[in-house]
Amino acid sequence: MRLDLLQALNAERAARRAAILVTALDGSAQRLVREAGIGADPLAGELAARLRAGKSGLAEGGNVFLTVHVPPPRLVVIGAVHISQALAPMAALTDLDVTIIDPRTAFATPERFPDVPLLAQWPEEALAALPPLDRYTAVAALTHDPKIDDPALVAALRAECFYVGALGSRKTHAKRVERLAQAGLDEAAIGRLRAPIGLDIGAVSPTEIAVSVLAEIIAALRKAAP
Amino acid sequence: MLTTDTDILTAAQGWREAGRGVALATVIETWGSAPRPVGSHLAIDQEGNFLGSVSGGCVEGAVITEAMEVIEDGRPRVLEFGVADETAWRVGLSCGGRIRVLVERVA
Repeated sequence: MRLDLLQALNAERAARRAAILVTALDGSAQRLVREAGIGADPLAGELAARLRAGKSGLAEGGNVFLTVHVPPPRLVVIGAVHISQALAPMAALTDLDVTIIDPRTAFATPERFPDVPLLAQWPEEALAALPPLDRYTAVAALTHDPKIDDPALVAALRAECFYVGALGSRKTHAKRVERLAQAGLDEAAIGRLRAPIGLDIGAVSPTEIAVSVLAEIIAALRKAAP
Repeated sequence: MLTTDTDILTAAQGWREAGRGVALATVIETWGSAPRPVGSHLAIDQEGNFLGSVSGGCVEGAVITEAMEVIEDGRPRVLEFGVADETAWRVGLSCGGRIRVLVERVA
């Protein structure tokens, strides 16, 4: 691989943009196709299908290898709460790039969240400062406070994040659905919201709830239909 | 998954920019139960330092040995490991799978 191709590929990855490296196995040719340039590539159809599936593999009768790079998944947690203190380090272990947002400065302290990027801002403000929400991002809203959770949920559902979950009982969720509809989200978008959040493993403690949320995020990431 | 592909490719770039000879190994095909999925990377430098994996540790030694030659002559190789391969038996995959690995120089 030419160093300039590797540099270009790493730059795409750092910017959270998808790209495919096309490599002739005999070493005769290699090119980097950025997501925006797929349509103009001779292998356009094959590359588009590969990108949707997010899977690398051989093409052109086994003479060419396609290395598919999609952005690494990340997790934005709304709420610097007790569950988040357990969720953040566990999610980081599974390679999720974690950020925590909570405007309440009593909660969002480095003492409570060592080693985690922490934004003590309202979600609208904080999300504007981060790379845009995308379909490689998961959002978990854990504050119980609609003023904080709702704007993030609306933004996440609009951006088609691969996972959007909200903490709260079925009763509070019914009211949340009304508010999200008033905010202009359609039924399909609201239907993608996971609430009550987390897989049903009978979780009781904040740490156990964190496990159930993380398991649900992994299932959404790995079992999602392309 | 303590080392992500991002770390591996970033490290490979950094090693090369620092003037070290570098090879990149990529799993291009698997059959049966293979420990690492297609697209997994192993970066190797001229000293034999490496990052990432193409199997669960079963064939890395052989890939690194081959990578030294790739760094030397710049010619990419496709290696195959598995129970069906006589020469690979000694370093075969205990899981019973087969994998093909592309090793190329970063130049």
